[in-house]
This record gives sequence, C-alpha cells and structure tokens, in this order.
Amino acid sequence: MEIKYNIAKDNLYIYLYGELDEYSAQGARQTLDNLLDANINTKKVVFNFANMSFMDSTGIGVLIGRYKKLKKIGIPVFIQSPGTNIEKILQLSGLYEVMPKI
Amino acid sequence: MNNKMVLKFNSLSENEAFARNVISAFILPLNPSVSELSDIKTAVSEAVTNAIVHGYPDSVGEVTMVAEISGNNVHIIISDSGVGIENLEEALEPFFTTKPEEERSGMGFTIIKTFMDDVKVMSKLNVGTVVDMMKKILPAADNM
Repeated sequence: MEIKYNIAKDNLYIYLYGELDEYSAQGARQTLDNLLDANINTKKVVFNFANMSFMDSTGIGVLIGRYKKLKKIGIPVFIQSPGTNIEKILQLSGLYEVMPKI
Repeated sequence: MNNKMVLKFNSLSENEAFARNVISAFILPLNPSVSELSDIKTAVSEAVTNAIVHGYPDSVGEVTMVAEISGNNVHIIISDSGVGIENLEEALEPFFTTKPEEERSGMGFTIIKTFMDDVKVMSKLNVGTVVDMMKKILPAADNM
C-alpha cells in the first residue's frame, strides 16, 4: 500500500492507497508513526480511505494503534471517505466511536 | 453451476492477497455483486491471516483453501495444520485477541461471521484449525 499526506490549516490529512492487510501492516505502521512523529503539533489527523481498495481486521488494529498514540498527546483522529466494504468493517468494529467519520 | 478448486500455499502473509484474488476469480462466474465479492474476499483474508499469524506463529506451514460452488452457494474451507486454538469459545468472541501487544483487533472471526451466511470453526491443539464458511450469491436481478 501507499501513504500520502497533506497539511492544511494545521490539520494532517493522511491518504491511504491500495490494500491494508497483514502483509502491508508492518510497513504501514512504520510509515504512519514516522509521519505522526514529525507532525505532533497538528490540530487533528484525518485518515482518508477514498483510494483504499481493501482492508481487513489487521487494518483495524493498525488504526487503533495510531489512535492510542495520538490520544496520549491529545490529538483527535477522524475518518473520511471509506468505500462500502471498508465502511462495514469500521462500523462493525466500533471504530467510529473513537475516530468519527467526517 | 457446480465447480470445485483446491489451493495450497505457504503461511506467508504475501499469500493473503493471492488467496483473495484466487477466490475472487473462482466465484466471478456467479456474477456476485461488488458487496458480495468484497464480503467473501474479506472473510477469506481473515481466515488466511488467522492461519498464518496464529496457526503457525513460529514456523512456515501449509494453508489449504478449498472452494466449491453448488448452484448459487459458495462453500469455502480454509485449514491449517498448525498449533490450534486453545479456547475456541473465547477466540470467537468479538475483540478477543491473544496478541494485544501486536495491535490486533480481535475482530477476525466476528467479521467472518458477519460477512458469511454460515460459519463453523473447528480446532484441535497441535493438529490445526478449520474454518468452514458458506455464502449464497443472490441472482443478479436481486442485487440491483
């Protein structure tokens, strides 16, 4: 998978591309943590799923891990534009309760 | 339509996408909706991930995927000959994970049960685990 980002008005927008599963999770964790560490002064973090073709429960684990990290330093996290299949997994896992959809 | 396939592969995480792509190609003649296809791909991905991560935690073993189409029903069996599940009842509960330090969500079986119509999980310590799942593909007209 590929990860791109954009900073607008002190908000960090993270764009996820491709497939997030066990195979891609380790690289995704590392890339995301580096990106978050470099932007600890951001007001909020938004994960954009518009270009993501597949994600399973391993992806939920990756997102929860990043959420916990950001919660410690008081940065809220949001989710944007998930496709139908990813939306189902996000809802089922209750992730929207801690990372609301905007 | 009736058809059957058997696939064996090593318990390497790069084979997850391979297994998903194989099942997609196999069920394509049933003309599944985008949602049905993604449900099945996700369920297969979860079961294969379980076999790789939990079935063979310290070794590379063999994972088998058997898929059978009979009429509009897709029957998929993912099995491994790994360490097995100690407490199956616990493992099937939402959010239960034996590896919280690895940021695992514990949602694998819950997703499988939600996305498929019928799911059976059998496991025996040091023998292996079998995930047996069925889904009916609705005729195209009902998917519109």
